[in-house]
Parts: sequence; C-alpha cells; structure tokens
Amino acid sequence: MSTSTMNPVFDKQTNVFLSVLSVISVLVIACNQLFPADSALHIPTYTVTLLGKYLCYALLAVAIDLIWGYMGILSLGHGAFFALGGYAMGMYLMRQIGERGVYGDPLLPDFMVFLNWSELPWFWHGFDMFWFAALMVVLVPGVLAFVFGWLTFRSRVTGVYLSIITQALTYALMLAFYRNEMGFGGNNGLTDFKDLLGFDLQSDATRLWLFLLSAIALGLGYIACRFIVASKLGRVSLAIRDAESRTRFIGYKVENVKLWVFTFSAMLAGIAGALYVPQVGIINPNEFSPLNSIEMVVWVALGGRATLYGAVVGAIVVNYAKTYFTGALPEVWLFALGGLFVVTTIFLPKGIAGLLKKKEARA
Amino acid sequence: MLLMLANAKLWAAAEEDFARGLELINSSKLSQVKQGVDRLIASSDPRARIYLNAMLDSNLYRHTKEKRLVMLVSRDGSKVIVADVNDASKTEELKKRRVKRVPINNRLRGDIKAYLASKDLSDESSSVRKAAVQRLLGDIGELELGLFKQRLEVETNPDVKYLLESGIALDKLANGERFEQLAAIELLGESLEPPVRNSLNQMAESGPEELQALAAKALAKIDDKVAFYAFLEKVFFGLSLGSVLVLAAIGLAITFGVMGCINMAHGELIMIGAYTTYVIQLMMPNAIGASLIVAVPAAFLVSGLVGILIERGVIQFLKGRPLETLLATFGVSLVLQQLVRSIFSPLNRSVETPEWMSGALDINPVFAITYNRLYIIFFCLAVFALLFFVLRKTVLGLQVRAVSQNRNMARAMGVRSEWVDALTFGLGSGIAGVAGVALSQLTNVGPNLGQSYIIDSFMVVVFGGVGNLWGTLVAGMSLGIANKMLEPVSGAVLAKILVLVFIILFIQKRPRGLFPQKGRAAED
Repeated sequence: MSTSTMNPVFDKQTNVFLSVLSVISVLVIACNQLFPADSALHIPTYTVTLLGKYLCYALLAVAIDLIWGYMGILSLGHGAFFALGGYAMGMYLMRQIGERGVYGDPLLPDFMVFLNWSELPWFWHGFDMFWFAALMVVLVPGVLAFVFGWLTFRSRVTGVYLSIITQALTYALMLAFYRNEMGFGGNNGLTDFKDLLGFDLQSDATRLWLFLLSAIALGLGYIACRFIVASKLGRVSLAIRDAESRTRFIGYKVENVKLWVFTFSAMLAGIAGALYVPQVGIINPNEFSPLNSIEMVVWVALGGRATLYGAVVGAIVVNYAKTYFTGALPEVWLFALGGLFVVTTIFLPKGIAGLLKKKEARA
Repeated sequence: MLLMLANAKLWAAAEEDFARGLELINSSKLSQVKQGVDRLIASSDPRARIYLNAMLDSNLYRHTKEKRLVMLVSRDGSKVIVADVNDASKTEELKKRRVKRVPINNRLRGDIKAYLASKDLSDESSSVRKAAVQRLLGDIGELELGLFKQRLEVETNPDVKYLLESGIALDKLANGERFEQLAAIELLGESLEPPVRNSLNQMAESGPEELQALAAKALAKIDDKVAFYAFLEKVFFGLSLGSVLVLAAIGLAITFGVMGCINMAHGELIMIGAYTTYVIQLMMPNAIGASLIVAVPAAFLVSGLVGILIERGVIQFLKGRPLETLLATFGVSLVLQQLVRSIFSPLNRSVETPEWMSGALDINPVFAITYNRLYIIFFCLAVFALLFFVLRKTVLGLQVRAVSQNRNMARAMGVRSEWVDALTFGLGSGIAGVAGVALSQLTNVGPNLGQSYIIDSFMVVVFGGVGNLWGTLVAGMSLGIANKMLEPVSGAVLAKILVLVFIILFIQKRPRGLFPQKGRAAED
C-alpha cells in the first residue's frame, strides 16, 4: 500500500481531511446559529448532536484502523474500551447530579439509593472532580489494554485467536456490568445527567460545544495517528502486519510495538466514549455487546483499511444509514447491514477509499 | 367355563356395589354415607379412589337440585367453582347454596385412610407400594404401623422392605425401649427419607442423653450421603450443560477446525435447526413425540443446505482471508436473524416437550435425574460418535482430512477440494441444526437463540484446540462442569464471567488450546 513509503505526517489526504472536517464543523455551527428555525438552511440542534455522535464513532473507527489497518490486529473488543471511557465520564456526570436526583441524596446516585446502599463504593470516589474523571477516561481503557495486551502479545496469540479472545473480553465485561452488585447501575446503566462542568447538558450552547469538541478530538486524534503511522514505529507496525515472524527475526521487539500501539488505540477509544456519553445522555452495558464491536470493525472495512480517513468515512456512512433505516424502514436495517458486510468483504476489499484511489489512478 | 361365570358374577356384584355406594354417599345423613363408603370399599373398584380421596380432602359436594356429586375447585364469595368428579377439566360456576358437602367424621376418615393405604401397600407395582410407604412415613400412627407390619411379612421387594422397616423403626425410636431405640438409630442411618432425617434431628437435639450422640452420628452419616448426591447432581447438571455446549460447538469445530474458516453465522444455523423443529411440530400437532424424531434429520438437512449456500455464495470467495470470512459470515448471520424475524415474528416460540422427555428418574429421595437432561447427554454422545465415524471411516472423512492437512497435495491426488469444502461446511452446519433441535427442548426458540451460543461455542473450540474433535468434547464437558460447580458459590453470571476470564488466561499459556494440532498442519 502507498503508506509503506516514507510519508510526512501531513500528507495530501490528511490535509484534505482536516480541511473538510474544519469547514464542515464551522458550517454546521453557522447554519445552526445564523439561520432562523424555519429556514431551509437551518440545522436543528438535534441534528448537530447526532453529527457529534457520528464524530465520536469516527474517532473510534480511527483507533480501530490504527491497529487493524496498520498492524493487522483485528480487535473485536474495542467497544469495551469505548464503553469504559464512557462509563468514566458517566460516573462524573452522575456525581454532578448531586441532590437533584429523584431521591435527592447528596452523595449517592439514584440507583444506589434504590438498591439500599448506604455508602459510595470505593471506586466511585474522586469522580466528583472533572480532572480525575478525565484522567480515568484514558487510564482505565489504557490500563486494561496494557494488561490484556501484555499477556496476549507476549504469548504470541495472533490472528483469529486474538479476535476471539478480545470478543470474550468484551462479553465478560458486558455480563459483569449487567450485574447490579458491580455498582454501575446494572442494566439501566448511568443516565439522567444534568450538567457538565456547570454547563446544562440540555442547553443548545453546550450541545454545540460538545459537537465542536468532538470535531476537535477527531482532528487531533487523526493527527496523532498520522504521527504514529508516519514514524518509524508506524513502519515497524506495517512490517508486523505483513510478516510478523520476519520482523521479529530482524530484531524488533514485536510484542512491545504491538502493546504500545494497542494501548494507545484503546485510550483513543476511551476518549471517543467519553465524548459520546454526554451527547447521547446514557451509557449502559449494551455498549459492551460483542455485536457493537463487530459493527465498528465493519465501519473500518467499508471505509477502507490503512487509510485513517477511510475509517472516518465508513463510520459516518454506516451510522447515517443506520439512523435512516432504523427510523424509516426498521425491518430492512439488518438486511442492509448484513448485506453490507458481505458485499464489502467480497467486492470491496479496500473499501470506499480503495474505490477513490482507483479512480484517481485512472485519471 | 364355570370360573368365567363366577368371575362375571363377581364382577357384576362389584359393579352393583360401586353404583349403590355412589347412590348412598349422595346423601346428607352420615349413617347412609358410611354405608355407601363401605359399599365402595367392598366393590374394590379403582374409580372409587377419586371419590374417597375427595372425601378425605373435604372436597366432595353434592348438587342439591340435580342430585349429583361434584368436586370443589375453589370458593369465591357466594359462588363456588366445581368440577366433574371424573373429568377435572369440566368446571362450572354455581351459587354457594346449590351445593352441600358430603358429611364425614373422623372415624369415617380413619376407615377411608386405612382402606386406601392398605390398597396401595398391596398394589402389584412395587413403585406404587414404595410411593405409598414414602407418603405414610411422614405421619406414622397406630393404623400405619399395623399395616406396615402386616405388609412386611409378605413383601419381597428389598427397597419397599427397607422402607417398611424404617417406618417401624421410626415408631420404635419414638416409643420403644432403649435397646429398640438403639437398633432403630442403627437402621435409620442408611435412609435418605426426609421424615427420617427430621426424627433423627429431633433425637439428636432433645432426645435422651445417651442417644443424642448416636443420633447425631447417624445424622452425620446421612448428611455425608446427601452431600455426595448433591455433588453428583452438580456433575450431572454440568455434564448436561457441557453436552449442550459440545453440541453447539462441534459443528463449529468442523468448519473452523478442519476448514479453518470462521463461521459467525454458526449460531444462526443452530437457530434455523430450532425453528425447523418448531415448524415440524406445527405440521404434526398430534404426534409431538414423533415430530421431535422427525425434526432431527429435517433440521440437519435444512441447516446443512443453508450452510452449503453460505459456503458457495460467500465463503469460497474469501479463501485464505480468515478475518474477512469472519466479517462476511457475521453479515450473513444478521440477514438470517432478520429473515427469521420477518417470517416468524420477533416473538419467542415455544416448542412443546414430548411426554417421554419430561419427568425425572428418582434415584433416591435427594437425587433425581431429569429425563430431558439425560437424553441431551446421550444425544450429544451419539452425535459425537456419528461424526467421529464419518470423519474417520468414510471416504468423505478421508478427503476432508486430506484437504485440511494439505490442500494442494490433496488436489494433486485427485480430490475435488471445492466439493469437499462445500460438503464439510454442509456437515458442520447440519450438526448445528441438530444442536438446534436439542436446544429447542431447553429454551425458547427466538431469533436471538443463536447469538447467545456463538461466543460459548467459540470458547469451547478454542479451549479444546482447533481441529480436534476430542478436544471439543473434553473442553465442552469440563467448561460445563466448571460452570455448574462455580454457580452455587458465585451466582450464575459471575460463574460465566470467571469461566471466560479463565479461558482468556488459558489461551495465553497454551495459545493452541488443550490438544494442539501437531506437525506441519499446525504451522501458520
């Protein structure tokens, strides 16, 4: 693939992508603010939040592309890191509710009062401070990925086996979070959030800011991934993807490279989850479901692997289609999604990005 | 001839007794009712039991206007619901004053009880006798004691004999001399009946001092046995869960292990098998038991054909790209789920359990084996054996193994690998369908049935070692037993999580499973 030659961080595609991202973000906010509600050009705040959600998914997709496209690790458990980041943010938001909950307990979130708990579990301490929660958003997925990767990569579990145990990981987490005793709200999860850093989550201004933050996070995450991909670390990753044993024989520590990139990717997924939760207003164990994680992989496959921008395009296209179909033709959605999986893998092995490249090459 | 005539005469007399008896108990006078009961007892008619039992429970009423006997079902204010004595499903609602209870007193009750007990105790079937003694053990009075002693003299079945003896011993324990009590404790230490445990418990706590220790010892012996059977029960539950896992996973072991392709739609093939069972049952509503047997080959064919379609339509284009195969088959699984949802509605369908599958085999009072679990274990072993035979002893099996070991060499030897691939996939899928038949007896049949088993199946295959049928069997059974052993300690969900974590850690230690493939085929 073209990326295997020496590349600057800001190559042509990156520049195009970043420009498009900034232009669209500015345009969306402008259309929301400048045009009156009845104008045809007005974008309602609801749509802005929806777009913000897509951007979070896009960031997640970039994280997956980094390890799958560039390093050949197919993680079927990235939804777990996304959800953990989301839970960390959700815990902060829960603590912010304070006395405004249904039971009005100043310390305990509603579901704990409901379960007759008398005190806050130890792991909920500290989440009343934003900096701590923000730290946990990256640390919890990062540490989990580090421990999991450290065990897995050192014992050289690869390929299909790796995919299956990542799936087992997210499945086990899902079962665990469904339990009330875990102290994360059981199957209702965390919801009824009021405000973030003192800003009301229901207000239009906060929602616009969250959208903007998601766009900025996506941009920065993208640049960070470009940095990795363009660096020596990125080229070693590619070598691992294409010939793992050879890379090892040349003298590279394959385990370490995999471990660091995997951990970074998990942290990125955590950030995406943290931005996602205040926008959708809920986080529950369903986010851990293996189905979700596989769906994420398909965004990347559809967009085109090892391009980064392809992942973004895939995430947005599939999720837009999902929003449309589940609203308009709920019966058809699973047929469409399933068909997409099949068609993409058989006819579009390089995804939408591959189509674009082919066109370019022809021109 | 004479004998027959005599028989006929006797029979006619009994019939008359029965009819007359019924007439007599349909009365408000106790003396008449008593005569009627005597007549019914004299008739020895099996139908009399229903009436007598209803009288014992004070549920036998007479319809004052229509002069017939009815059975009380429930009271509701000024209304009562009654049923036909001979057909409990025929119920009607009557005003309370329309019915009057058939009078009965304690003496009459005693007579009826004695008659019913002695009839059961002298029944031809030993299981009826056994059940009767077990029922009477809980409350032994003079009457029961007498009957037990009487029966003990002629009883031949050792189990019933022991039960009768323990009944007498229970009485001795309560009322006998010291030496009799000692012997009774000795004897009762072998029993697992709950009433025996209760009396021994009482004796150990508040009996005479010199007996307390002995009773406690006998009790400890019984508790040991109970614990042992509880353990056996857990193993049995574990084996049956393991059988389900093996059934679900073994098809995957073939497609994943032998062909090296990951079929995420495997769960949906199981689901299709379960729905096939449902459809067959709809087509044969009068023969539920037979429909299940028909469903096994039918599910094999349906799921197998769908599997071959998947192989020809999708998987053959993705040879050598396992991760892409995974995604594409996952897409197929979504399509199949939605298809089932569109055809059968998203609601769960329940498949009826035939009679020979329900019920339990009582080994002793604390350990019973339910038939459906037992059959699942046998079924799993049978499927496994059959599959093993196919892979080891048939031409298809030989070709499958050849292709899986060295595709190019096999082709060079004239094996049509395309064909073999399709058939292997069909075989694996067909087995998934057969697993679906078994699952339809355990859970509700719904569009999400397959999803809940796919991860477990993968765990079993990976744990056992890819490409090894024995590994799948051992892995499935041990995971099943581990799960059931953990469950009482940690709860069902936590047990499952622990097992998953164990597998994740196990794969780190042995990345190729319990029984890794050896030789060249093992190299990537």
